[in-house]
Amino acid sequence: MGSYLSNTDAQQRQMLQEAGYRDWDHLFEEVPAQVRLDRPLDLPAGGSELEVRRQVEAMAAKNRVFPHIFRGAGAYNHYIPSIVRQVTSKEEFVTAYTPYQAEISQGNLQAIFEYQTMICELTGMDAANASVYDGACAAAEAVFMCRDRRRGRVLVSGAVNPQTLETIRTYCHGRDTAVEVVPAKEGATDLETLAGMLDNQVACLVYQQPNYFGVIEDAAALTAAVHGAGGKAIASCNPISLGLMETPAQAGADIAVGEGQPLGMPLSFGGPYLGFMACTQEMMRKLPGRIVGQTTDSQGKRGFVLTLQAREQHIRREKASSNICSNEALCALTASVYLSAMGPRGLAQAATLCCSKAHYLQQALAAAGLEPVYAGEFFHEFVTRCPVEPEKLLAHLEAAGYLGGLPLADGSLLWCATELNTKEEMDALAALVKEVLC
Amino acid sequence: MELIFEQSVAGRGCSLLPDCDVPQVAPSKLRTAPPRLPEVSENDISRHYTRLAAATHGVNNGCYPLGSCTMKYNPKLNDELAALPGFTGVHPLQPEHTAQGCLEVLYKAQQVFCEITGMDAMTFQPAAGAHGEFTGLLLIKAYHESRGDTARKKILVPDSAHGTNPASATMAGFEVVNLPSGPDGLVDLEKLRAAAGPDTAGLMLTNPNTVGLFDPQILEITQIVHDAGGLCYYDGANLNAVMGVARPGDMGFDVVHLNLHKTFSTPHGGGGPGSGPAGCKAFLAPFLPGQTVEEGPEGYRWHQPEQSIGRVRAFHGNFLVVVKALAYVLSLGPEGILAASRGAVLNANYLRKKLSGVYKMAFDRTCMHEFVMTLEPEKADVHVTAMDVAKALLDYGIHPPTMYFPLIVHEALMVEPTETESKESLDELLHAFLEIHQRALADPEDIRSCPHTTQVLRLDEVTAARHPVVHYQWPQA
Amino acid sequence: MNFPQSYQYTKSHEWVLFLADGTAKIGLTDYAQDQLGDLVFVNLPMVEDPVTAGEAFGDVESVKAVADVLSPVTGKVCQINEALLDAPESINSDPYGAWFIQVEEIEEKEELLDAFAYEAYLRTLED
Repeated sequence: MGSYLSNTDAQQRQMLQEAGYRDWDHLFEEVPAQVRLDRPLDLPAGGSELEVRRQVEAMAAKNRVFPHIFRGAGAYNHYIPSIVRQVTSKEEFVTAYTPYQAEISQGNLQAIFEYQTMICELTGMDAANASVYDGACAAAEAVFMCRDRRRGRVLVSGAVNPQTLETIRTYCHGRDTAVEVVPAKEGATDLETLAGMLDNQVACLVYQQPNYFGVIEDAAALTAAVHGAGGKAIASCNPISLGLMETPAQAGADIAVGEGQPLGMPLSFGGPYLGFMACTQEMMRKLPGRIVGQTTDSQGKRGFVLTLQAREQHIRREKASSNICSNEALCALTASVYLSAMGPRGLAQAATLCCSKAHYLQQALAAAGLEPVYAGEFFHEFVTRCPVEPEKLLAHLEAAGYLGGLPLADGSLLWCATELNTKEEMDALAALVKEVLC
Repeated sequence: MELIFEQSVAGRGCSLLPDCDVPQVAPSKLRTAPPRLPEVSENDISRHYTRLAAATHGVNNGCYPLGSCTMKYNPKLNDELAALPGFTGVHPLQPEHTAQGCLEVLYKAQQVFCEITGMDAMTFQPAAGAHGEFTGLLLIKAYHESRGDTARKKILVPDSAHGTNPASATMAGFEVVNLPSGPDGLVDLEKLRAAAGPDTAGLMLTNPNTVGLFDPQILEITQIVHDAGGLCYYDGANLNAVMGVARPGDMGFDVVHLNLHKTFSTPHGGGGPGSGPAGCKAFLAPFLPGQTVEEGPEGYRWHQPEQSIGRVRAFHGNFLVVVKALAYVLSLGPEGILAASRGAVLNANYLRKKLSGVYKMAFDRTCMHEFVMTLEPEKADVHVTAMDVAKALLDYGIHPPTMYFPLIVHEALMVEPTETESKESLDELLHAFLEIHQRALADPEDIRSCPHTTQVLRLDEVTAARHPVVHYQWPQA
Repeated sequence: MNFPQSYQYTKSHEWVLFLADGTAKIGLTDYAQDQLGDLVFVNLPMVEDPVTAGEAFGDVESVKAVADVLSPVTGKVCQINEALLDAPESINSDPYGAWFIQVEEIEEKEELLDAFAYEAYLRTLED
């Protein structure tokens, strides 16, 4: 049996006695007999460190880690600089709680303040929070920053990631709010249909940039349309693309959210990831979750504190606009270290590489017989037709170590390329595709 | 300390990515200016974050008796196992036959955490405790809706509850009814009976509760709610007191959430990522969010609950955190899990007993894994508050207890030592508390101005909130 | 502590000042601001929102607390004091100048106290 207790049996006996208890039963006498468990828990017997290591390593070994990944759809395979893992493994960052005691948490607080600054810089927004659970939750929380008594309608583009849409639906069902989907046309949000759906009851429109199909939306037109009806625009964006692309602020969005996983977090079967949220100055006090602010101490020295706390659940309780307490602090730190290592040029380079490789891949796959479905401009993901059963094609790729595009409901495939994919790898992939299609 | 932006030197950076081996393509809509990310070398980054780490108090630095947060030691094995490339390299949308190891982790985690809580099914989608509460309440809502029992709009919450409880209930669309606690800090059965009725959707309860007491009337409490047609929700924040001793499922609860980052030792990460799995009895399993894992003839496979409430986030939850928690349970086994709870309760009562002659206990009786003191006498006598005592502890290298919670105790300090603190460490904590008390009586002004030795002194929170500065202000060019 | 004669007061520590045009301004008393401590933010309703006597129309935040502000009258909000959003400290420094909302179409009133009665009421709270 493994144990992380420090006290010996003898110490425990002494402490029981000094505290006035005869034995363990006496110590637990407040737990009535009717609810006491009268048997040991039915769990596997405890093991030594080496035994547990072997057990869990055996589980990890049952997974297939693909050497060649061409699938994204919300989780992206990017290069993680070595400094990121080193910094984020520091025990102080790993084992601290939320920085409630500012005087001994300045390091953690300053790191969050720096993270907020970087998210503001990436998105062009005025204020960011210290993170939420993931990109889907960030979008759902953003919806509730916009909805009020006068405006209750929530519009979501049909070109956002379906998992984001489902999460928004679940959050909205909680507050008995319907979600209306603006259909996609040619792989992008249909502006014309959107125009017909807008009225003075609309709280917000959620769109994704680049969208789920990889297509770059006409974001300025979307925000202009929803603003015309007095609603707010929520942009769900890919942070790597922001190294190059028009920011949500430039496009006129009121709130920018997104999945921060590409900023230094491994795929990890879906988590932990990072939901980032930023907004205009006007909406800052509606942001959910923790926010760090700059101030001074009693001697005038700069310092940082959790601020605007009266918005939060521990003070506002049932009147709080969100229940969030723990967030994804260590993931936010990861993103900060990643962005510091990349710098403005490195991030732009990563974005250029992603975009360039995806375009090369699209052409290579088209030449091999997988025609693109949408004509719109794209960033690092795109959809192709698949003239054969997708499972057949994907099985062939899998046998060669390639995780191919994600099969969509209509039989098409959603592909992704990043800076990790090489020309040789993409040529080999195209050749494998050809083998199946011929 | 300098901000990383203040260390930026134009032209500096790290060399990380190769040149492009395919024709370059850029999007047509570009940002007008590059983001002002720092331009720093790897050495700059390493030293910067080393400085920040040194200005952060973690469990590795010293005693962290932060009530309600279960700041136990975080085994390093678990961090290493979660970092195995066999886990970190798996895409969440891989075909299930290529992710059998991940599915096995989730399946085994379902089994062990159901056994510990006395539940039948569990989801690992929720990313933190509050997220688990929200999920659990949506299960309750879906259950009543599925029966056409739409009049049940109210959730009963004791006034001693964590703030997340009422906030989660509101998010799930319920009206919150606050139940006043009795003078003994426990649920007042008469008030509960009066509040429970045909409009009751459920009750949220922490047991042991937030003053650290196990409510011995627990079976009556859950019976009253069930008799009224409501369901019972167990907030697992304080499960560390009763693992292997008593199970929420046997106390009459229908839904629970756990905080793997508290009870099961996965680290807090400075505020996350956590994991807040929600478990339930079999009759609620069809409503679970996302997908659960089942064992089939050809291995593990996803199971889609038939009447699912939808998903509460993308993918399958904070998977790597679940790996850490499972490794912890596999290390401890049934005996070690029980020993952890016993140790937690013993450490708390040892401290309580030794402090109770000097500090006033809010409820002076056997506590579970934590206890609450009140500084009301000191505030009245020498104007020294709970905050002052907390700040004084900082100079001893000790993280203060939770302050001003629960709200039903004035000038509260909530102390949770956890089982992994040694007797020596507890004695140091005792020494600090007792010395601070003496100093408070002798020279209260000195205690009111604590801390004296930290990197910054007490900070101006009023200005920070009135005129928020939430990102770096670049000097005007 | 200061309680001007021209204002009327509620037992929940709001003041109301009736104006010649039939509207009323509403704010927090000196006693209230002193009890709440340094205020850092106010949440105000929107113009044209209805307010109901005895019910909350907004709230005030200190660093670690939030308190509802109740309306002494029933009516409709015709103006809000947006200056408070940028300078909540004026509620602490000038509680009778720092009005929150102006209400028109007043129908109903809470039980209101004059300055003398309010001061007497405050003395009962101290006991």
